[in-house]
Amino acid sequence: MLRLSLRRRRTLLPYLFLGPGLLWLIVFYAVPLINQGGVSLMTGNPEAGYTLQWHFSTYTDAISDYGTQFGRSVLFAGAATILDLIIAFPLAYFMAYKAGRWKNFMLLLVVLPFFMSYVLRTVSWQLILSDNGWVVHRFQDVGLLGDDGRLLASTKAVIAGITYNFLPFMILPIYVSLEKIDRRLIEAATDLYASRGAAFRKVTVPLALPGIFAGSLLTFIPACGDFINAALLGTPKQYMIGNVIQSKFINILDYPSAAALSFVLMAAILIGILIYARLLGTKALTEAAV
Amino acid sequence: MSSRDRVRNWALGIWSGLALLYLFIPVFIVVLYSFNDNKGRFNFTWQGFTLKHWEHPFANHDLTSALQNSLEIAVIATVIAVALGTFMALALVRYGFRGKGVTELFVFLPLATPEVVLGASLLALFLTLHVSTGMVTIIIAHVMFTVSYVVVTVRARLEGMDRHIEEAAMDLGANEMTTFRKVTLPMIAPGVAAAALLAAAISIDDYVVTSFNAGQTQTFPLFIFGATRQGVPAEVNVLATLLLIVVLVLMGLNVMVQRGRGRRENRLSQGDPDEELVGFELAGASARG
Repeated sequence: MLRLSLRRRRTLLPYLFLGPGLLWLIVFYAVPLINQGGVSLMTGNPEAGYTLQWHFSTYTDAISDYGTQFGRSVLFAGAATILDLIIAFPLAYFMAYKAGRWKNFMLLLVVLPFFMSYVLRTVSWQLILSDNGWVVHRFQDVGLLGDDGRLLASTKAVIAGITYNFLPFMILPIYVSLEKIDRRLIEAATDLYASRGAAFRKVTVPLALPGIFAGSLLTFIPACGDFINAALLGTPKQYMIGNVIQSKFINILDYPSAAALSFVLMAAILIGILIYARLLGTKALTEAAV
Repeated sequence: MSSRDRVRNWALGIWSGLALLYLFIPVFIVVLYSFNDNKGRFNFTWQGFTLKHWEHPFANHDLTSALQNSLEIAVIATVIAVALGTFMALALVRYGFRGKGVTELFVFLPLATPEVVLGASLLALFLTLHVSTGMVTIIIAHVMFTVSYVVVTVRARLEGMDRHIEEAAMDLGANEMTTFRKVTLPMIAPGVAAAALLAAAISIDDYVVTSFNAGQTQTFPLFIFGATRQGVPAEVNVLATLLLIVVLVLMGLNVMVQRGRGRRENRLSQGDPDEELVGFELAGASARG
């Protein structure tokens, strides 16, 4: 009798533990996403309200009208991801293998900028790159910029801003995966007459791949939806899909096309994640997020 | 070590230093310009050193109330998210049940959803249900996107934990409740603390999701973004610097507490203490927000 109730309790317990949190995520994450699918098929106007009309052409219109911004998002996010990879890999490698007792201190340094407001740090880049700023003047002195050349309000500035903002997301997963590699494997490779370079290419990099993939995804996805960098460091010529969704929702109150756009963005990303999960599992990703 | 290796190590070290510098430049500038003796509204060019902004950091009423809102939201959202997330992590690590894999993927998904989508879809729901946006909707949103971070952080701690200690407690006659209170909870406490700090940091820093669901309510990041057109007042720099200092102190305390625990455990068991840096558990933080 007692044992049975204990067993029942043990089978019920996980659901009890999961229940409240899962409910929150279903109501405020899953339902809104589905609801947004419904909103995207409505027609109407801000004054009279919107009703569901199964208006699928919102999607084709949205994609044809804002294809440029979609493309730009992918392009900027892709460029930032590649730059982040180039910046992050040597740093992560240094932290994992060369930093010794400075390792934890360096990790702290990587994380610390997070604790200053994201918006404020982007405003700070605005100041650094501004037309009368020190950087622009030095660039002009050296001849990298013409006399009326600018850094702010350009594609370069937006990509640099995105690269900056998501850099730690690339550093940490790569660091974690490098740190996990059994050093004896690398030793074994060199013992077996692999050169240092060959051991690096054939052992270290392949074993760090999950971290590289996870970092790339964790950088690319939020970068795709970002609009703060384009808003603060760019001009409408640099606006990304995030800017369009935001202004449609907040300023123009054109909910259906905003919903359609964010639905398409989400769908594209979901497909990416599912492919990733099939290939590599979600473990590396969720670990990397810590 | 050959000279080629030495050159390679130097290059690696310099590259790493530059990368860290890149991360810190905007932070330095923010701190520096909190001491700028700026004339007029704009705080964009260096005009001399002053402490005047530090003398009255709370002089700007709108800014202060925005920061107050942010802190209030962060505390409430963190408490809820930590409570929900810790139990979810327990369920995911400790129990096998049907639908576990799907649940794990589902819990992870909000982390992989762009913030615009999170914010926009939640606002669409509130609009459909005619819920007016404000403090409450902000808190709802913040719990929604921080809970996954809590799960991931606490889960990492739970997975590194020795189950035998709990089993020993049960063998010695403690019931499940007592074991949980006296053994499990103290052992995962550093993970829970890290998760709470992380959730609070993400919440305080969030702009995107909040901008969709704030209604007329101002928060610290919303204030800053709104102020960019007329010039961000130097008090913002002061408060941001203060926040950074508070976080540094909290992190330092956590490391010290853990060191103390580690040393105590070390004396008792002669095993090696695991001194994790809380900062590391905090890594996922707020590039999202």
